[in-house]
Amino acid sequence: MLELELDGKALQVPDGSTVIEAAHQAGVYIPHFCYHKKLSIAANCRMCLVEVEKAPKPLPACATPVTNGMKVFTHSDLAVKAQKGVMEFLLINHPLDCPICDQGGECQLQDLAVGYGDGASRYQEDKRVVSNKDLGPLVSTDLTRCINCTRCVRFTQEIAGLMELGQAFRGDRAEIMPFVEKTVDSELSGNIIDLCPVGALTSKPFRFSARTWELARRKSVSPHDGLGSNLIVQVKHDRVMRVLPLENEQVNECWLSDKDRFSYEALNSAERLTRPMVKQDGKWQDVDWNVALDYAAHALRDVTKNHGATAIGALLSPHATLEELALAGKLMRGLGSENIDCRLRQSDFTADGKRRGAPWLGMNVAEIGELDRVLVVGSFLRKDHPLIAQRLRQAAKKGTQISVIHSADDDLLIKLFAKGVVAPSQLPLLLAEVVKAVAEAKGAAIDASLQIVMRSGIQTDGAGATAKQIAASLVSGGNAAILLGNFAQQHPQAATLNALAQQLAELLGCKFGYLGEAANSVGGYVASAVPGGEGLNAAAMLADPRKAYLLLGAEPELDCADGAAALAAMRQASSVIVLSPFKSMAALDYADVLLPVSPFSETSGTFVNTEGRVQSFYAVAKPQGEARPAWKVLRVLGNLLEIDGFGYDSSEQVRDDVLGGKPDFASGLDNGVDGVAIELPAAGAMERIADVPIHFADALVRRAPSLQATADAVAPAARMNAATLAKLAVATGDKVAVKVGAGGTATLAVQLDSGVPDGCIRIAAAHATTAGLGPMFANLTVERA
Amino acid sequence: MLSETTLKKIDREVAKYPEAQKQSAVMAALVFAQDELGWLSKDAIAAVADYLDMPAIAAFEVASFYNMYDLAPVGKYKLTVCTNLPCALSGGVHAADYLKQKLGIDFNETTADGKFTLKEGECMGACGDAPVILANNKRMHCFMTPEEIDKLIGECK
Amino acid sequence: MALLEAINPLLSAGWQKGGHEWRLENDNGWRLKDYEARGGYQSLKKILETKMSSDEVIAEVKKSVLRGRGGAGFPTGLKWSFMPKAAPEKYIVCNTDEGEPGTFKDRDIQRFDPHAIIEGMIIAAYAVGAGRGYNYIHGEIYELYQRFEDALDEARAAGFLGQNILGAGFNFELFAHQGWGAYICGEESALLESIEGKKGQPRFKPPFPANVGLYGKPTTINNTESFASIPFIFRIGGEGFLNLGKPNNGGTKLYSVSGHVNRPGNYEVPMGTPFAKLLEMAGGMRGGRKLKAVIPGGSSAPVLPADIMMDCTMDYDSIAKAGSMLGSGAVIVMDETTCVVKALERLSYFYYEESCGQCTPCREGTGWLYKIIHRIEHGQGRPEDLDLLLTLGGNIAGRTICALGDAAVLPIQGFLRHFRSEFEYHIENKKCLVPPDVQRAGSTFFTRNMGQA
Ligand SMILES: Cc1cc2nc3c(=O)[nH]c(=O)nc-3n(C[C@H](O)[C@H](O)[C@H](O)COP(=O)(O)O)c2cc1C
Ligand code: SF4
Ligand code: FES
Repeated sequence: MLELELDGKALQVPDGSTVIEAAHQAGVYIPHFCYHKKLSIAANCRMCLVEVEKAPKPLPACATPVTNGMKVFTHSDLAVKAQKGVMEFLLINHPLDCPICDQGGECQLQDLAVGYGDGASRYQEDKRVVSNKDLGPLVSTDLTRCINCTRCVRFTQEIAGLMELGQAFRGDRAEIMPFVEKTVDSELSGNIIDLCPVGALTSKPFRFSARTWELARRKSVSPHDGLGSNLIVQVKHDRVMRVLPLENEQVNECWLSDKDRFSYEALNSAERLTRPMVKQDGKWQDVDWNVALDYAAHALRDVTKNHGATAIGALLSPHATLEELALAGKLMRGLGSENIDCRLRQSDFTADGKRRGAPWLGMNVAEIGELDRVLVVGSFLRKDHPLIAQRLRQAAKKGTQISVIHSADDDLLIKLFAKGVVAPSQLPLLLAEVVKAVAEAKGAAIDASLQIVMRSGIQTDGAGATAKQIAASLVSGGNAAILLGNFAQQHPQAATLNALAQQLAELLGCKFGYLGEAANSVGGYVASAVPGGEGLNAAAMLADPRKAYLLLGAEPELDCADGAAALAAMRQASSVIVLSPFKSMAALDYADVLLPVSPFSETSGTFVNTEGRVQSFYAVAKPQGEARPAWKVLRVLGNLLEIDGFGYDSSEQVRDDVLGGKPDFASGLDNGVDGVAIELPAAGAMERIADVPIHFADALVRRAPSLQATADAVAPAARMNAATLAKLAVATGDKVAVKVGAGGTATLAVQLDSGVPDGCIRIAAAHATTAGLGPMFANLTVERA
Repeated sequence: MLSETTLKKIDREVAKYPEAQKQSAVMAALVFAQDELGWLSKDAIAAVADYLDMPAIAAFEVASFYNMYDLAPVGKYKLTVCTNLPCALSGGVHAADYLKQKLGIDFNETTADGKFTLKEGECMGACGDAPVILANNKRMHCFMTPEEIDKLIGECK
Repeated sequence: MALLEAINPLLSAGWQKGGHEWRLENDNGWRLKDYEARGGYQSLKKILETKMSSDEVIAEVKKSVLRGRGGAGFPTGLKWSFMPKAAPEKYIVCNTDEGEPGTFKDRDIQRFDPHAIIEGMIIAAYAVGAGRGYNYIHGEIYELYQRFEDALDEARAAGFLGQNILGAGFNFELFAHQGWGAYICGEESALLESIEGKKGQPRFKPPFPANVGLYGKPTTINNTESFASIPFIFRIGGEGFLNLGKPNNGGTKLYSVSGHVNRPGNYEVPMGTPFAKLLEMAGGMRGGRKLKAVIPGGSSAPVLPADIMMDCTMDYDSIAKAGSMLGSGAVIVMDETTCVVKALERLSYFYYEESCGQCTPCREGTGWLYKIIHRIEHGQGRPEDLDLLLTLGGNIAGRTICALGDAAVLPIQGFLRHFRSEFEYHIENKKCLVPPDVQRAGSTFFTRNMGQA
């Protein structure tokens, strides 16, 4: 600890603190622009100049380390004079366009200028004008306003991991820009809007739509990935106008992914379902709620009576709230069916009934930064979990050894220790090799099930070199973790991967966990939105089609592991009851009833994030049109069907019922499985590798126009490496017809992707153009189209 | 984009620096690219960045920061005259004026035949030899009297 | 000691004669054999053969009171002693960016004595335990960059560089790095950024390069002339070197004399030599005109009027006492044909043009300063402008990351301190005190073949 005196107050700060950190600790505000606690120190704005005893000149508080006995004056004459001098320089070339600037009202320069600037400017020369740059569909530029603090540049370099912005030219000709004609394509790009202390970088979708002081600020939780980023949703007249991060160091820190930030556009989409609709004689009619609910109840009762309740299946979106999932499950069980599932993209359910608890991260999110060894198994990490990837990126910079085994070699913008990229079928084998190598290194016995397979001598590369390298890293650490990504969870040998990760964790005495795919991947288990007893899981409900389906927020053709099968199942059903905020063309085709329910912004509810954190939120806006919170709709349905236990007055009651109160973290979380047989399949022929691109992943993002205009939202292609291209005698740009057995097909453009392993084709899922292809994991045949 | 010869020259530069510091060669690499192509187009900068495994914008930062890189086409002969104070005291500005008149162009302009571009230079560390003219970034001509300038222009074929 | 004997014999020691022709004729004495014939590499051999410890080497340099020739005058031996002993990876960097207007000595060292730099750097590397070094040579002297590469090849071939140098078990690799047009890269931390392949934007200090330098590793960075002085120090001993100059100002130094003198050029004289003597060596005032003012240490040093300057001796202390600084030893001589407003306008433009753009006061302030002086020079000055220049200067100096901010302000303060009335005349009369034809007469462009006194 160091002792100093700041503005006369004695203070103790940790070693290595800077003056600005000390001031922060003392609650003293030092004006600043370039300093940001999450970014490297640039000390270029010079706004934070303070007086330090014995120093001959004012020093920048952001870059000056505290020394023992130091005396700092943040508001002395010298300090204030220095700060005012800097402010004058900052303003000489700054346009006086506050009245038309989107930053107006939340501008650090404006705020400080009021306190520090002088009324009339002594600068009477010409002002500089800087041309604007096209950074893409999300971020708008007004670069004449830029004060060159370089926060945005440092963000792309340090946090997003790839320098997409720079400060080009020099002197007062310096300009912030991307490389000529390039845009900023990071999945975290929107954060530069928050970081920009002036109005040089603003939100393109939000541009000129409201002034900040007109907006109500309401807290919420992101409904997308498993992290559950904390949000501030800004609302004007019950319309969501903008989403900002709510700082929570334990969860999203001060960041948001672009998906979290811009998906709100979908809330105001023209595709919103705002009235209940029923299909009569093949024609859709707007109806009153009671008519629609009666219709739905009737249909459910009918199928139950004629075919038994097990003829009904419920496919629930893992992005639905805990309360909605719980009530949907309760409704089904009340009818007598256990065919309930929210794990829509999962294809291997052999671990069901063998789990010790609900699969989860296995640690707190914040602990990720403290790990010294990490093995990520089967994950499109950067796009599936942008902010967890960001935490790992920072950890890697501090020396954490991160290794990845996966079926795609996407650039994670993380300094990796080792990586193994193999065909999907070989992923379990590679993980088994790591287990074996760790066991050898530790002198421990390997599980009997593994011994048999390993003796056969198949190996994924040379002499198991990658596995050995990864093992050596893991063994050398003191705080390791194995993380199973979305791809591992969706994998046909998901249970095997789980069991192997478990063995590995036991050998190493370390943690292992799941990177939760969706906002309520953990909450779904907690709410029992999974089949019980003889109930059918999501895949089985499609493989063995039901007479009727209840869809909660799910768009099965895009959200399920096998979109083609899902669509066929919906089409053959005699009744499909849809609870959704949107009306999709697909649903209009196969559904009978469309019940408009609230998206997350218009209902209260709870997401249990991947670390088990229980995050409840309120509605930030009134439901649009006649939409109603789904928990209320389910309550009425339950009542109409005379099922017990639907007497809830609030969503909080539902939650408390499910969780036994309102704990901070859910209980019953455990990744352990018992009695799962290890399966290490042989390599297939021309295997599909299916990613779920970040902006296709759920019903909300799919309808956010700005996100759909980003580089991440390009239409799927058939991506393969040069060897595969040669083998198939096709070239980039060729059109090919891809087939799964005798089943689905898709016609796609060929694209070279050196990150795809030999004999595999990467084709994204969750997109209309590939839904017809069927399963995410399959062997493909390819023909020229 | 870049010839084998240029890439070889870049390799030689890369070898001067520790293994993980390829980017150190970017300044030299941009010089070679400019030598080969006459100026640094966006594609040339991207090619250099790509070759050195660095972000294109980082290479652009460098290309736009140092003022001997040309981000737009220049004449076959780029003549840079130092007009800074020490040179000006010994005729640097007058030499520039003479060149302007002789070539019929101002600073930062190129003659219609594309032969000459004139640039105003900052101190070249040769103040004792004023007036000084740097030709195509690489050849320094000192003590430039009107006769010497005539001769230089005559030699530029 | 007589003047000429004081001259460093390891340097080819010819250019101080100042003649352009001489320099052309003697442009080929830079090769290894020539340098060795002058006694080159003897110091290195002596150090290695007598197995001097690194501490002993540093102590000798400290004794010499060699003060850094790059501008700040920081004692070189002391700087070397800051290098952490245990660090496994360390660097030596030579600063041949030489962009400070008026300064052109390092170019001549590069031209005539590349091996003196190399030998000095090897000795420095030995002293601080560095395994690798770079000489950063500004782009405008590309021909000499190539010459330095040739000299390095010679030194490598002779076993002065590489593994196990002269069998002493000491390894050192040395390379040349080229600049490409940025004054700011002379600032040591900007120079390091530049070697790292980035824009030359200075780093905030502390940490200093001795702790966090090139690639984040401990680094010693010195000026070309500082390194080139090292072999000579070991030739005549630290004390001998100190005694050449005067206390606290060791050795001889190169002065770049430019402007209105008959023989502009580099002159090596002992520290403490009277300015009048130096002026005489440079052939005296051109055309016999009257001395008006001198910038004694490169463009960033405050100008001194003739009478004050004529009383100075050429060393750090004397010039500082007179209110300026010795800086890089670049002596810009101005006679009565000089318009001080125009002179300052050009210098201010330089700092505006060369500001790296990183920190606010310098990025925004240098342009503002220049615009004001430009207005004054062009007859649009306002009475309040002079005070505005000074208060703005006060808001820049000492508030920036690097000393370029100060460098931009010092000339303004100097010119206004000594020549304020000429600025006022400009503002009031919208024209210069020195008539245009008189100004033109100062230039020799049309009238005389330069360099022949
Ligand atoms: C704006 C600026 C420009 C500089 N230019 C040079 C230069 O061209 N050459 C040089 O040796 N030092 C220059 N310096 C000084 C260096 O930062 C550094 O102090 C010097 O290289 C140290 O070497 P020395 O101790 O041998 O003098 C400059 C400093 C500043 C602030
Ligand atoms: S003072 Fe000027 S040159 Fe120095 S760091 Fe700041 S902006 Fe750059
Ligand atoms: S906040 Fe300290 S210099 Fe910008």
